[in-house]
Amino acid sequence: MLADVPMVFILVGITAYTVLSGADFGAGLWTLIPGGGQTDAATTRDHTRHSIGPVWEANHVWLIFILTVAWTCYPVAFGSIVSTLSIPLFIAAVGIIFRGTTYAMRSQLERGEGRGVRLVENLFALSSVLTPFALATVIGAIATGRVPVGNARGNLITSWLNPVSILAGVLAVAFSGYLAAVYLAADARRLAERSLVHDFRIRALASGVAAGALALAGLLVVRAEGAQTRALWHGLTSGAGLAMVCLCALAGVLTMILVWLNRFGLARASAALAVAAVIAGWAAAQSPRLLPGLTVRQAAADPATLTATIIGVAVGAVVLVPSLTLLYTLVLRGRLDTGGSSGGGDPFVSSRETAAKVTARPMRPAAAAFAVASLVVGVGLMVFAGPVWAAGVGALLLLACAVTVFALATSPPAG
Amino acid sequence: MLSRTVLSLALAGLAGRTGGAAPPVDQQYLFEARQMQALSLSVHIPLVCFGIAFPVMILYAEWRSLRSGDGLYRTLARRWSKIMLALFAVGVVTGTILSFELGLLWPVWIQDFGNVFGLGFTLEGFSFFVEAIFIGIYVYGWDRLSPRLHFLSGLPIAVAGVTGSFFVISVNAWMNHPTGFTLSDGRAVDAHPWSALFANPFFWSEYVHMYFAAYIVCGFLMAGAYAWAYLRGRRGRYERTALGICLSAASVAAPAEGVVGDWAARDVAKYQPVKLAAMEGLPATTRGAAEHLLGWYNGHAVVYGIEIPRLLSLLAFHNPNAVVKGLDIVPLADQPPVNVVRFAFQIMVDVGALLALLGVIYLFIRFRRRRLPEVTWFYWAVIAAGPLSVVALIAGWITTEVGRQPWIVYDVMRVDAAVTGAHDIPVGYGALCLVYLGLAGAVFWLLRRFSRVPLPVDDEPPGGSGAG
Ligand code: HDD
Ligand code: HEM
Ligand code: HEM
Repeated sequence: MLADVPMVFILVGITAYTVLSGADFGAGLWTLIPGGGQTDAATTRDHTRHSIGPVWEANHVWLIFILTVAWTCYPVAFGSIVSTLSIPLFIAAVGIIFRGTTYAMRSQLERGEGRGVRLVENLFALSSVLTPFALATVIGAIATGRVPVGNARGNLITSWLNPVSILAGVLAVAFSGYLAAVYLAADARRLAERSLVHDFRIRALASGVAAGALALAGLLVVRAEGAQTRALWHGLTSGAGLAMVCLCALAGVLTMILVWLNRFGLARASAALAVAAVIAGWAAAQSPRLLPGLTVRQAAADPATLTATIIGVAVGAVVLVPSLTLLYTLVLRGRLDTGGSSGGGDPFVSSRETAAKVTARPMRPAAAAFAVASLVVGVGLMVFAGPVWAAGVGALLLLACAVTVFALATSPPAG
Repeated sequence: MLSRTVLSLALAGLAGRTGGAAPPVDQQYLFEARQMQALSLSVHIPLVCFGIAFPVMILYAEWRSLRSGDGLYRTLARRWSKIMLALFAVGVVTGTILSFELGLLWPVWIQDFGNVFGLGFTLEGFSFFVEAIFIGIYVYGWDRLSPRLHFLSGLPIAVAGVTGSFFVISVNAWMNHPTGFTLSDGRAVDAHPWSALFANPFFWSEYVHMYFAAYIVCGFLMAGAYAWAYLRGRRGRYERTALGICLSAASVAAPAEGVVGDWAARDVAKYQPVKLAAMEGLPATTRGAAEHLLGWYNGHAVVYGIEIPRLLSLLAFHNPNAVVKGLDIVPLADQPPVNVVRFAFQIMVDVGALLALLGVIYLFIRFRRRRLPEVTWFYWAVIAAGPLSVVALIAGWITTEVGRQPWIVYDVMRVDAAVTGAHDIPVGYGALCLVYLGLAGAVFWLLRRFSRVPLPVDDEPPGGSGAG
């Protein structure tokens, strides 16, 4: 039982990453093909970029969460997976670098800046396509049992370049485009951008159909591949696996209907449900096998490690859930939107008048005395103390001294 | 337990391992793997310094603006926050590379010991979550949150900077002084992750030392930019205030760093005597050991150096007659490359001393004359101090990490036993070098753009031009 809990965390993490970060990657896809709508390409790109601004970094952390829970709780499986699948993982890592950096750069460029803008935008878009593709081939490799236990024991190429993996990759790209289109339509609605709503609604419908078709094709490929994927096929077409596949199909169709009816908020939710169902279905199909010859329980670390991780995640969740709620509430209410608000800034000139208020105060002797005392005692404790706690107290006093001196040094405005 | 037996059978498949010390795979690119790991860490760590120290400096400026109503501080905080967001984005991606790379390059290390140290990374993940969430709120919320709420939304960023580095450093401290598990057939069983990571006596000095280093690096680098502006004649109230905050942060941290470094050195002497011997080039166990400045270790002794009798014993154990263990307590194969470690250590200490001196000079002038220094050389020194503090930072890590060689987990697992069996390392290394070169170019370009945004027009929306 204990051994399965972290796996549930990982699956939840994969779901969250797909639903949230997937949409951020998909936004990149739409900057690659921004034309064909009522709005011009540049406006479409700007809309796409602005709407992922406040959230993409937080969304990205789900990936870190998945990795760290995996290597703590299922170290043997993790080691086997990353060594055999080093190439797609490396590609994903490079894609992540490119996407983050080009995003930061694009935000610094003005529209009119010509070729440089185009280059940065294309790099951003290409890396947004490459990364989900590479990550999904990894899932495909694990699902089809192509990662044997051991240090780089699997085939470095065919483990991830095989029909199922490639199809998973393409599906991931299509699906992230679909999610992004739904979200971007909802954001455009909030900003009352009529023609953007129109465009992204159409994009959502088109990419939704594509993703659905690819998913069906995926099932057929799994079936057609024969011996290698027999277990997966069996798992997906019976019991809980089948139930989840059906749920996914239902949620997928429902999402399309909601998009058709312009109910983008609800469509977000049902799209997330479809993702969760796919991932649960995959887990059910594969359970209890993690890698060939290695079940989840066999792969799990010691009970002490599992308990520690579960406690860590539980405590973390207490912080995380309210924080995420706050972030998404602010985003959905438009409190973090950019553009449109002009009066909010603080014109620098206003400081002239207020500057007079800040008259140079004399150095406060009490503070200075405290700084000297904490310096002497702190250094004394750190240099001569035996036990760690005494040195720690010394370090705290040193910090207190540093803070006091800093406050004194910056107190009356320098100069 | 049955499942354990099954697991041992599965593990027997791990390429014929025979206990901890035997290399399980023949990795001809081990050296490249180590270089690649070192490169990625060296790229990430200066950004981390900004993650730790910059939010605090920004919040300080915003707090001043709240208290005094002085719009200048608000402008300052607002402009800095955009730089913070861009650097955070780069920190995020380079950190992600690291979390991939630790697995990609050292899978056996994670396989055998992930159950002990992995918790540190899991907890670190939550810190990053908090940091990323609130950095989004803070930077995009300047216009639409009330000033007080906006300030409050920045506090979690600063806290997460503290906790994030806390958890990562705990892992590194564990690699240097591994405890909290039982070794069985080369892997950790019966792990106690909490005590292994946080009740580790080696951890605290390392953490505090890194924490102060972050303020030195962030403070001097930022101050350097304003010192440059000062020399070019931009000496308005804005530049002077910015310079004052950055320079003060670095100047209080720099002298303190030496004291903390002394603590760190004594911990090394206690827990990693071979590393200390390598740092000092001490071939044999000696009573009343001498300290050597500069010079070269030729395999038997330090030559061409300045010798100060008994100083090493005094520094390491606070007793001029103490016995300091030498390199010869372990066979040659278990010794780190002495000159690399020794030079890195000397560079860090020498640069540290210069930076501390510069800090003291600044504080002295600031308190005696109640103004910024006026001599030109001071500003040139501040410009130099930024890159130099990065040099000290990297040199310090080279001391720690190369000084630990040939162990990845000190005295428990060797690096060659941890490395991946995949043979695509050189390709990855080459590609990563190119990617990092591009990244460095992009960061440089970004920072130049930020410095060129004209001052008085700060009323643009935050996402419009500054948000990354
Ligand atoms: C701005 C950076 C900086 C400066 C000025 C200094 N250090 Fe440092 N030092 C670091 C940045 C650093 C570091 C990069 O942050 C390290 C690497 C590992 C660590 O925790 O801190 C480090 C490690 C480190 C270690 C090794 C700890 C280990 O192996 O675990 C020792 C003994 C010292 N330092 C000692 C000093 C002394 C005596 C200094 C005197 C001035 C000094 N450091 C200045
Ligand atoms: C907490 C954080 C860190 C962890 C968990 C960590 C982990 C590792 C690992 C797993 C290796 C490879 C194995 C080995 O060569 O021993 C390594 C090597 C290395 N690391 Fe770190 N590291 C950390 C911080 C840093 C930083 C910030 C630097 C900055 C420069 C650094 C510099 C190096 C170097 C130079 C090597 C290569 C040593 C050699 O092969 O001779 N480390 N580190
Ligand atoms: C070797 C190991 C390391 C790994 C695997 C690692 C991993 C990461 C990751 C994944 C991120 C991005 C977080 C996000 O997505 O928001 C990150 C950023 C960060 N890392 Fe590291 N890191 C390592 C070394 C270090 C060290 C040695 C420190 C501290 C001293 C550190 C402190 C931070 C901080 C404070 C951030 C926040 C980003 C920023 O503010 O720029 N990391 N790291």
